[in-house]
Amino acid sequence: MTAAGTPSAAGAEPHMPLLSIQDLEVTFTTDAGRSVAVSGVSFDVRAGETVAIVGESGSGKSTTAAAVIGLLAQNGSVTGGRILFDGRDVAAMGPGEIARLRGSEIGMVPQDPMSNLNPVRRVGSQIAEALEDNGVAKGRAARARTVELLEEAGLPDAARRAEQYPHEFSGGMRQRALIAMGLACRPRLLIADEPTSALDVTVQRTILDRLTQLTDQLGTSVLLITHDLGLAAERAHRIVVMYRGEVVETGPAAQLLRDPQHEYTRRLLAAAPSLASRRIQLAKAAGVDDTSDLLAVSRGDDDAAPAVATGAPGKADHIIEVDHVTKVYGLRGRRLFSRSESFTAVDDVSFAIPRGRTVAVVGESGSGKSTVAKMMLDLVKPTSGVIRFDGEAVGGADRTAEVAFRRRVQPIFQDPYSSLDPLFTIGRTIEEPLRAHGIGSTTERRQRVRELLDDVALPSDVLRRYPAELSGGQRQRVAIARALALNPDLVVCDEAVSALDVIVQSQILRLLADLQGRLGLSYLFISHDLAVVRQVADHVCVMERGRIVEQGSADDVFDDPQTEYTRTLLEAIPGRDLELGLVG
Amino acid sequence: MIRLVLQRIALLVPTLLGLSVLLFLWVRALPGGPATALLGERATPEAVERINRLYGFDQPLLQQYLKYVGQLATGNFGTSTRTNRPVLEEFLNRFPATVELTVLALVIAIGIGIPLGYVAARRQGRLTDHATVVASLIGVTIPVFFLAFLLKWLFAVQLGWFPSAGRQDPSMVATHPTGFYVLDGLLTREWDASWDAIVHLVLPAIALGSIPLAIIARITRASVIEVQNADYVRTARAKGLRRTRLRSRVILRNAMLPVSTTIGLQVGLLLSGAVLTETVFAYPGIGSFLAEAIFNLDYAVLQGFVLIIAVVYALANLAVDVSYGLIDPRMRTR
Repeated sequence: MTAAGTPSAAGAEPHMPLLSIQDLEVTFTTDAGRSVAVSGVSFDVRAGETVAIVGESGSGKSTTAAAVIGLLAQNGSVTGGRILFDGRDVAAMGPGEIARLRGSEIGMVPQDPMSNLNPVRRVGSQIAEALEDNGVAKGRAARARTVELLEEAGLPDAARRAEQYPHEFSGGMRQRALIAMGLACRPRLLIADEPTSALDVTVQRTILDRLTQLTDQLGTSVLLITHDLGLAAERAHRIVVMYRGEVVETGPAAQLLRDPQHEYTRRLLAAAPSLASRRIQLAKAAGVDDTSDLLAVSRGDDDAAPAVATGAPGKADHIIEVDHVTKVYGLRGRRLFSRSESFTAVDDVSFAIPRGRTVAVVGESGSGKSTVAKMMLDLVKPTSGVIRFDGEAVGGADRTAEVAFRRRVQPIFQDPYSSLDPLFTIGRTIEEPLRAHGIGSTTERRQRVRELLDDVALPSDVLRRYPAELSGGQRQRVAIARALALNPDLVVCDEAVSALDVIVQSQILRLLADLQGRLGLSYLFISHDLAVVRQVADHVCVMERGRIVEQGSADDVFDDPQTEYTRTLLEAIPGRDLELGLVG
Repeated sequence: MIRLVLQRIALLVPTLLGLSVLLFLWVRALPGGPATALLGERATPEAVERINRLYGFDQPLLQQYLKYVGQLATGNFGTSTRTNRPVLEEFLNRFPATVELTVLALVIAIGIGIPLGYVAARRQGRLTDHATVVASLIGVTIPVFFLAFLLKWLFAVQLGWFPSAGRQDPSMVATHPTGFYVLDGLLTREWDASWDAIVHLVLPAIALGSIPLAIIARITRASVIEVQNADYVRTARAKGLRRTRLRSRVILRNAMLPVSTTIGLQVGLLLSGAVLTETVFAYPGIGSFLAEAIFNLDYAVLQGFVLIIAVVYALANLAVDVSYGLIDPRMRTR
């Protein structure tokens, strides 16, 4: 650890911040003209301090960070203000001068571990080359140092791992390698741009713990970029809230949470699911017309829970029953003529969705939750077990029964950017299921599309527009409208809000709750995000490695988790410890 | 990796069998049958019958096919009706000439195409880039034989910088232990013979390499543009990599993945292009021999050459796939 020498945080003037951004303006030039992405941004990062920039996508938080390290996209440039790093203006530096700062003085941990490692170089070499090019160590010494750095970042069996390629690493392991890389040359400032948002919560927690521990130990200043207010509050000394390219509020983390001054910060706080777990009923009630009715139903659910848990068939009030379902996938054998191995993605899973209610399946990546969703949509056949929809087994040979089933069960997928056909207008997209099933005349269909737009609170002028012209939240509304076009009984939401910013996310969750109240929909809600699940679910199934390890009413699972795994998941939610202070 | 090679070689067997069926049936389906094809349309019925008996064309098809395959398995590809020499011998005599030509064409295509594509990508949207795109479009669209004629007319006939035909100056006396003239000159230390062979190769190789060059340049350009915007390139810059290392280890190596596949596919294009180029430059390779075989309805040569070329093509692509594994570690475990 001492080989590279620790940076001298004390070397800087005690009162001079390490990084001082003053009135920063960043402009992008596109075919459509110039657009100012960031303007009037000012804040400081002192030595050893962690400052978080919080904001939704498009708020300019990542652009600000990119300007600090001189890695703006080619069409972007700093058009105003100063970025003082250790007293020198980065914005005024030539490309060569900034390049010398990168790695050695300012490090970066990027967002997506899957796409940020060079796929054709060994992981160790990728760190060693950074050491060599920054003049820290050479040849064998650099390789030895690389193993130390990987160990320090919490990668087990580092010596062997250093010789492997990125595709042999899991997401969490890659992120550790990226942390080792970012801190390799002991920079004085580390820019962590959404360092864990692509990872499962439990992995996220251990990685952030390691990052915090390391930067504390080394005295590294951290500029943390995140959309997650809970995470920012937990990890940063001070928070900078950005909105539409401007800083709307800056302050110490605790104070900013307790006493938000700006309207946008308040909205962000209210919407943040990680901080709102005590407000579930409120959030839900707000979207439903008849509050008392909902609460009554909600209470009744606790009694029904045991029956649900056993998945006993024949209960008429269940829209769909999953009965001892297992899915085994065959893997290709490693050797030329070896027998193929198999992988059990879903292992003896049973649960049921009461009519008009929401059942959530939560779990980390690889837990089998999406396979469950696919089987319930009859896109994948179970290896054994039965799924009964309205009492009828799903997946029979009967073609008319299949068409009827597909009408009554509709999916909403995660990515609103890729799940809409870019060549169809919004009107055509929503009309498509009606056409496919030959429902109504042209005028009737047009009428129905307008109703649906109304249902999802979109203005009718989007009809003629294309998906590319809409925001993420608007697109997800379109996806919901399309799913509702055929008046389904069951909607399968596979990570339906995970790609959205918190404020938009909470709007969509309210919309879903509202539609459920009005149309009597049943939801299967697949999510990795427990905080979101807490807001929407009546009944929760926790999946781990293909099995349901715990299921019960949402209140039971969240307030009194029975298994260690559920407790680990719950504890890993960022900002969990802060929420009581907020509500209380 | 060894598994991949074995699998691919095993896959070659059914491919070649299928091809042999097609070639076999093609000759039998000729108007008037193979005997008429051999003897010409005005052959007497007696002569046709004699030929049919001689070559076994009067026997059942399956029996004929089995005999044919049996002969192939022992390396007997039949006899050229034009030269009366074994097809395999004719092939082996001319193959080194075509290998020299295609290798040089490929060297030109890769040696110019990749740097050109790279420079165009780095200067995307500027004059160099536009010029490259236009030039490579012309390169792809211009027919090989036309370019060959043009080069021959300008550089051989008008300017006289290069010889207009053949592999070797008629006055040159040289020994040829391997049949690869450039190599032979180096082995026997007859430097002037090597130089003479190279001079003869230049124009045909440029003509033959033009289309692959244009394609490789375009693919390289597209690939580099994509790769240089990749997240890992940004991260590599963020960790302070020097420019040379960034370009060689990160950008170029990743950009080479689609390019190497393209190069493999060019081998087929080169072999078919060789027929036209060799004809224009009267270059004594398998291409010009094939062309003569077509004009003279020399079916044994056509059948044999097509089969052997298929094997060469398959092996060349296998070599490219193996090299792909060397560049991309993700391919190795599969």
